[in-house]
Amino acid sequence: MIRFILIQNRAGKTRLAKWYMQFDDDEKQKLIEEVHAVVTVRDAKHTNFVEFRNFKIIYRRYAGLYFCICVDVTDNNLAYLEGIHNFVEVLNEYFHNVCELDLVFNFYKVYTVVDEMFLAGEIRETSQTKDS
Amino acid sequence: MSPSIPLQEMIRAIRSARTQCEERGVIQRECAAIRAQFRQSDNGSRSHNLAKLLYVHMLGYPAHFGQMECVRMIASSRYSEKRVGYLGAMMLLDEKQDASLLITNSIKNDLSHSNQYVQSLALCTLACMGSAEMCRDLAPEIDRLLRASNSYIKKKAALCAVHIVRKVQDLGELFAPAARSLLAEKNHGVLHGAVILITDGVCFVLCMFQTVPELVQIMRSLTVSGYSPEHDVAGVSDPFLQVRILRLLRILGRHCETASDAMNDLLAQVATNTDSTKTVGNAVLYETVLTVLDIKSESGLRVLAVNILGRFLLNNDRNIRYIAMTSLQKIVNTDHNAVQRHRGTIVDCLKDHDASVKRRALELSLALVSASNIRSMMKELLLFLSSCPPELRSHTASGIFTAAERYAPSQRWHIDTMLHVLTTAGGDVRDETVPNLIQLITNTSELHCYTVHKLYRALLTDISQQPLVQVACWCIGEYGDLLLRGECQETEPVQVSEDDVLDALETVLQSHMSSPATRAFALTATMKLSTRITDNVELMFKIFKTGSGIQLRKFMIFFLLFLKNVLSPSVLRAAVLERMPVIEKNSGQSNGESAGAKTEPKIMVKPGETSPPQQPVNQVCDLLDLLGGSEGPAQPNPAQSTTAAGLTMNTSSAAGGDLLDLLGGFQPTPTLSVYEKNGVNLTLQYERQSDAVLTVTLTACNSTDSDISSFSLQAAVPKVCPQRRPSPHHRSVESGRRGDLDLSQSSSASLFTAFHPCPIQVHLKMRIRISYTVQGSAFQDMVQVDSFQGL
Repeated sequence: MIRFILIQNRAGKTRLAKWYMQFDDDEKQKLIEEVHAVVTVRDAKHTNFVEFRNFKIIYRRYAGLYFCICVDVTDNNLAYLEGIHNFVEVLNEYFHNVCELDLVFNFYKVYTVVDEMFLAGEIRETSQTKDS
Repeated sequence: MSPSIPLQEMIRAIRSARTQCEERGVIQRECAAIRAQFRQSDNGSRSHNLAKLLYVHMLGYPAHFGQMECVRMIASSRYSEKRVGYLGAMMLLDEKQDASLLITNSIKNDLSHSNQYVQSLALCTLACMGSAEMCRDLAPEIDRLLRASNSYIKKKAALCAVHIVRKVQDLGELFAPAARSLLAEKNHGVLHGAVILITDGVCFVLCMFQTVPELVQIMRSLTVSGYSPEHDVAGVSDPFLQVRILRLLRILGRHCETASDAMNDLLAQVATNTDSTKTVGNAVLYETVLTVLDIKSESGLRVLAVNILGRFLLNNDRNIRYIAMTSLQKIVNTDHNAVQRHRGTIVDCLKDHDASVKRRALELSLALVSASNIRSMMKELLLFLSSCPPELRSHTASGIFTAAERYAPSQRWHIDTMLHVLTTAGGDVRDETVPNLIQLITNTSELHCYTVHKLYRALLTDISQQPLVQVACWCIGEYGDLLLRGECQETEPVQVSEDDVLDALETVLQSHMSSPATRAFALTATMKLSTRITDNVELMFKIFKTGSGIQLRKFMIFFLLFLKNVLSPSVLRAAVLERMPVIEKNSGQSNGESAGAKTEPKIMVKPGETSPPQQPVNQVCDLLDLLGGSEGPAQPNPAQSTTAAGLTMNTSSAAGGDLLDLLGGFQPTPTLSVYEKNGVNLTLQYERQSDAVLTVTLTACNSTDSDISSFSLQAAVPKVCPQRRPSPHHRSVESGRRGDLDLSQSSSASLFTAFHPCPIQVHLKMRIRISYTVQGSAFQDMVQVDSFQGL
């Protein structure tokens, strides 16, 4: 089960934060900072999986953005890695060569896409065609 | 009041702010405008205002005042407002807020709306932040949607049901029939949702086991036939669905033979047919491997799975090596040989850059150590220890120790290895390694010379590693004479003089890097050396005057007095400071072991301390007194100062147990104290000699100041256990003495001995009558002993 999805840039600004589990506001802030601290120090020589508290984070870096999905320890890492890639490809399709600014100015549309693809902590949509 | 600016303008304005202060200013102005707008209930731009507020919230600023606005907008009839309202609800509201209850009704209405997008919004919001009450209220609606609607809604409804079931477990049964019927759908999204619903929600419902054939069919159609372009990812058709189905099969087949049988073929097919060049293929393969290892699969399939993991290990992609090692860890105990084949690759992974890969490799390597590969593995592990990240060091060190203990090919190798670890990572080893190592050293008597030479040299080079220094001090103290001998078969000869040794110990004592425990070791070692290598008391004094700390000062005063005041110095001192006997390994006694190292210095001197300078005859009794732990009249020791006696009293009770272990000759039999009155203590000890014979010894002790006379004892046991015993003796028990404590039951010195041919099954009871006269008054008492524990 996905616990939360975060899209952050290298400086630590959150471009998208979708929570599938109950957290307080200050907890959320702390989590965001911790994830940023853990993920930005890793480079290409590390794996894409990090153990984080009692979950694990599967992340991938696209240009200046880190797409992080926090899942349970028992989940299949590679499948979620593919899920991230799927999601990015859909964003690319939707915004026609997406860049970070697209995500900033159209954040509500990004949320809609997220809600189409992930729901209730699971991958929902696996096909990339727009209306399904 | 400035007019509200469109969303894009606001975002641009915020981004162009150069400092944090400027940004805050912009945001505060905007929030004020938004608040005013909310109050006005202006129809046109409500959605824009809320969108602006949500952006501000994303940046981390407080936005609680928007919650009521969200509720209002959800209830509006315009789609654009609803959309932003629901988004706001998902971002700003959560279960804890009271406002979330207000939207329950709106969601309910929207779930039966004609427009499917509105329905989907409502479903989405419910799935994201629905609380338990909301879920309970709306569950029937969701169930209805699961059955009769188009596939777009069904997909979302299925996942919404998943959320509901996770929140409220009982509703799982409600969705079970609908979930089953959904499996017959063609649409992948619906199937996906249905599989997840069954996995998370309702797999415990019994009818779900019958879904296994259906699932197998679906998987087969995915892998073999059906190339649907919209679900294809790099050549694998709908890997996400495949992974989920495999996971569900794993759960269903875990404890069920028939289900596992039905899946065997399918799993073999998937494992062989899936393309493993891309990550997607590997994802599916990985899930297949996990499933095979978890269900009751046949051995051929298991071998296939382990081979796949082996292939993963050789993959260039670090991610895949990592997950392979994670899975291998789980099966290393059951399929040990299969994992052994890949030992080389695993050991290579120790050198990887990623810390988590290193940790996995370390754990696997430690699990793979065996008698045949111990030497090569240990070389690798020691190399790893010198370069590993600090958080892994103590784990590595303790792993090395355990492995060395179990599989050491020779004693010398074992000692060498442990010394190597101590020099490399001395600061990170656990506390019990020091006593363990000491015990090991005492056991290998032929290597004492070699060991002490090596340790001395290590001490000279580096005194910062505390465990190493402690062991070195102990060894020098014990085997200092061997050190002075100079030649040793195993190492090159080096000339060491007494002064060198004492200097080394003094350095340890004075160094600020030494912990108090280390200083205690050094002090005791110096003390022991007084008999072994030199009688130079003045030199000792000089050393003892250095060092600090209250505890150490106590020791030092005590040692000084011991040196000065013991009447026959050479004989007694030699006896006291004799070589330590070989320490028995006490595996279960943690306080014996861990306290052993630290209290050794205290134990050593106790026999010497308590033996008074007067009659040696008394020594035995006092020793026994100490063993018994009785608070009997302490023999006044005029030769010792009060501080020294105080020291003993403090430590006797703590170290009494250790003393027992050390002398090793006593097997404590279970004792029962049956009578304690008027200064008479009666204790009972029983021991089973053989299956049919139980030996019971009763001991009487007088702790009053005066004599007890006319002491008589009678005992009766049930008729089932015939007994034979000598007639109890009438004795006078003098004060201050135990009545002939005898643990060997052979002589007639014991007060009362009964031999009971008593089969095990019989529950033994005993009634005891005693009568005695003390201080002129006669007493008579009867005691019943009902249970003998441990029989």
